[in-house]
Amino acid sequence: MMHRFSRELTLAVTILLLMLALAVFAHGYFSAENMADLFLENMPVMIVALGMTLTILTGQIDISVGSIFAVSSVVAAVAARAGFSLLTSALVACCVGALCGALNGVLVAYVRVPSIVVTLATMVALRDALRWLTQGAWIGNLPDHFQWLGTSQRSFTLATLLLLVVLIAASALGLHNLRVGRAVYATGSNAAAAHRVGIDTSRVTLAVFTLTGILTGLAAMLNATRFNQVPSNSGLGLEMKVIAAVVVGGTAITGGSGSIAGTVLGVILLGSIGTALTFLGVSAYWEKAFEGAIILGALSLNVLASYRARHRKEALLAV
Amino acid sequence: MGTQIEDSKIVLSLADIQKSFAGVRALRGVSFELRAGEVHALIGENGAGKSTLAKVITGDLLPDSGTVEVFGNSIAENSPIVSRQLGIAAIYQQPSLFPDLTVSENIALALETGGGLRRVYWKARNQRAKALLERIGSKLDPWRLARTLSMAEQQIVEIAKALGTDARILLMDEPTAVLTEREAEHLFGLVRRLREDGVAIVYISHRLEEILASADRITVLRDGERIACRSASDVDRPELIQLMVGRSIGSVFPKRTVPIGDVALEVPGAFSVRRGEIFGLAGLVGSGRTELARTLFGLTPSGSTIEVNGRPVRIDSPAQAIREGLGYLPEDRRLHGVVLEMTIAENVSLASLATVSRHGLIDTTAEESLAARYVSDLRIKAPSVNVPVGTLSGGNQQKVALARWLVTTPRVMILDEPTQGVDVGSKAEIHELIVQLAEQGMAILLISSELPELLGMSDRIGVMRGGTLAGILNRDEATQESIMSLAFGHSTGAA
Ligand SMILES: Nc1ncnc2c1ncn2[C@@H]1O[C@H](COP(=O)(O)OP(=O)(O)OP(=O)(O)O)[C@@H](O)[C@H]1O
Ligand SMILES: [Mg+2]
Repeated sequence: MMHRFSRELTLAVTILLLMLALAVFAHGYFSAENMADLFLENMPVMIVALGMTLTILTGQIDISVGSIFAVSSVVAAVAARAGFSLLTSALVACCVGALCGALNGVLVAYVRVPSIVVTLATMVALRDALRWLTQGAWIGNLPDHFQWLGTSQRSFTLATLLLLVVLIAASALGLHNLRVGRAVYATGSNAAAAHRVGIDTSRVTLAVFTLTGILTGLAAMLNATRFNQVPSNSGLGLEMKVIAAVVVGGTAITGGSGSIAGTVLGVILLGSIGTALTFLGVSAYWEKAFEGAIILGALSLNVLASYRARHRKEALLAV
Repeated sequence: MGTQIEDSKIVLSLADIQKSFAGVRALRGVSFELRAGEVHALIGENGAGKSTLAKVITGDLLPDSGTVEVFGNSIAENSPIVSRQLGIAAIYQQPSLFPDLTVSENIALALETGGGLRRVYWKARNQRAKALLERIGSKLDPWRLARTLSMAEQQIVEIAKALGTDARILLMDEPTAVLTEREAEHLFGLVRRLREDGVAIVYISHRLEEILASADRITVLRDGERIACRSASDVDRPELIQLMVGRSIGSVFPKRTVPIGDVALEVPGAFSVRRGEIFGLAGLVGSGRTELARTLFGLTPSGSTIEVNGRPVRIDSPAQAIREGLGYLPEDRRLHGVVLEMTIAENVSLASLATVSRHGLIDTTAEESLAARYVSDLRIKAPSVNVPVGTLSGGNQQKVALARWLVTTPRVMILDEPTQGVDVGSKAEIHELIVQLAEQGMAILLISSELPELLGMSDRIGVMRGGTLAGILNRDEATQESIMSLAFGHSTGAA
């Protein structure tokens, strides 16, 4: 059983060590202000990563999330400006995300185009369509109640934190304890076998892409309310951050194995490492190199551990 | 007993089933009928269409035309879900497990029905898995990940999956191909009990002894057509072979005495194999035969030293093993033996690209003619050498895996279940090829779960038990009994 948690364990240890270093050498890091900033910065990545974990678990990938994010935030802002209530605007953002995700899903599951091709196409198409429609202009003149969802930054942060905890718990429990969750693993592990035990793998794939779209829409809406203008080019590079976090979190890119816990740790590590190094006084020149080294270190620890475990077992069988 | 079956009611009937794959007509108007409480064997050469027929019954494949009737009702739109609800369960030829999931979950997924929003009861799943495994005499740990299982263990999980559904109709596609006699015996015990309970069983196998011993009726397929359907008491082995291949084949092993040369492979303190010698390895499932082969070939580095052609070497990787002149046909052809997406020609030349290259470029004409030779030598049934190996029938995939190693002509060849899933005709041809290789001076380590094959082919037989060599028997002292007693550890035997 141990080996199944080792990736999570090495990540947690790495994060702990990083936090320990920060606690000793950089007091300012744990200030409420910095924590809140870090959280808000990474909140969209975390939400989208939940969906991406499911997508990658089924053996697919979605690189269009950055573009879906941009489209959803613009649409949400436009809806709010047109006088719709906040809740309606949020629903609209989620629906736009759902539609884009469902489009991806249908093309992958039923037209059987590889997901990397489909989502590359929608990534480019959505982004370009948005640029053309907005002419690159930002959406301003938002109603007053739009920012921070009409509350204060403080309450907004607490509310989204709560929401995030609920989302994480729901997806972790759903994946582990619901039949659909197991169907996600089964589909990614062996699609032909999944078909033979009566799992509708196409439906699972469609559902997963749609859900990723909805979560991206939600993340976009929450993120948009942080500012008084919504840029038409938001979410650039989001897909890379999200995929990196999921993969660092131990989800196999080939599908079938991984966990929400791993993803959460992956987001925390990747999201905090940059600022952490600044706080620790690492020169900006070296920051990226350090970042890479720490991530590589965490991953190879894991590889080493599983390699050792495998060999110990096999060495028992000396002839 | 025959008359009793005649009277029992028809539970499944197929009429005029046609199925083609991209130009290959796998089934050409096959009709088939199954009665309650009968074991109905389905036999035929590799590629005859047996597995395709089984998949049509479970709805894993949809036929191009023809009707499927279960318990008298015609099924309009068959699917794995529909067939399961109708009480049909199957053990497919290619294990269809989820490598990333545990044994217990693999079993559970095959049994649980109903909505996706239902809760998963892990404890209950585990207990049921344990109970099912125990019922078939296995102590497999339900928590193990399927990817860590040997072929035989995978097959045991497949059997547990199929039994757990309490099916009324059970399809078994070569369930014993990777099992040793003991596990196979256990399986037959189960089959007999199920038949007494009125379960109808379709049994696909290339082991004719097995079929003659336990089947009530036998249907023979050839090139996608039904050639005959006989009562098992009315036919004998030669007649079945005649029906299957359209010619007769002797059952004798082509073993010839060849001059035995120098020691080619020596495992210190255990055994050695000489040039021209066929050294058989027997043992129960889990006795360590495959692990031994994998260790020798550097797939599981052990750090121990062996001697190849008189030189001590420590083999740490397959690449090094190949350089030292070792070849290894693995037991699990889908995992290590063939690349399913690549064509027959590409697979055959894969381990010996130098022989088909000119100026560092692959000469596809040479590659194709090389493959064509083995396709005809081994009677590989395929539309051309340029089709992906994944589209071949199970037995034909096995032959491609073998061909690939025959091309390399290593000095020491390790064959792990070389005739697994291969039909009687081709089996004789593969045996003949192995003998020819020995004649050319190759040292051969032959692992097989079929005792007649081991007894018929080997000069000496090593018997493994619990990860170590329990003893070595010479050709004249080796019998089924002496091997089994060593394998079980009852008597000391010859050491
Ligand atoms: N997915 C596929 N694509 C193309 N051809 C296929 C496919 N599946 C089966 N075939 C072809 O259909 C024919 C029948 O195959 P099938 O697997 O039913 O044979 P089989 O009788 O089970 O043989 P074996 O004893 O080797 O298992 C073969 O010629 C095979 O190449
Ligand atoms: Mg078959």
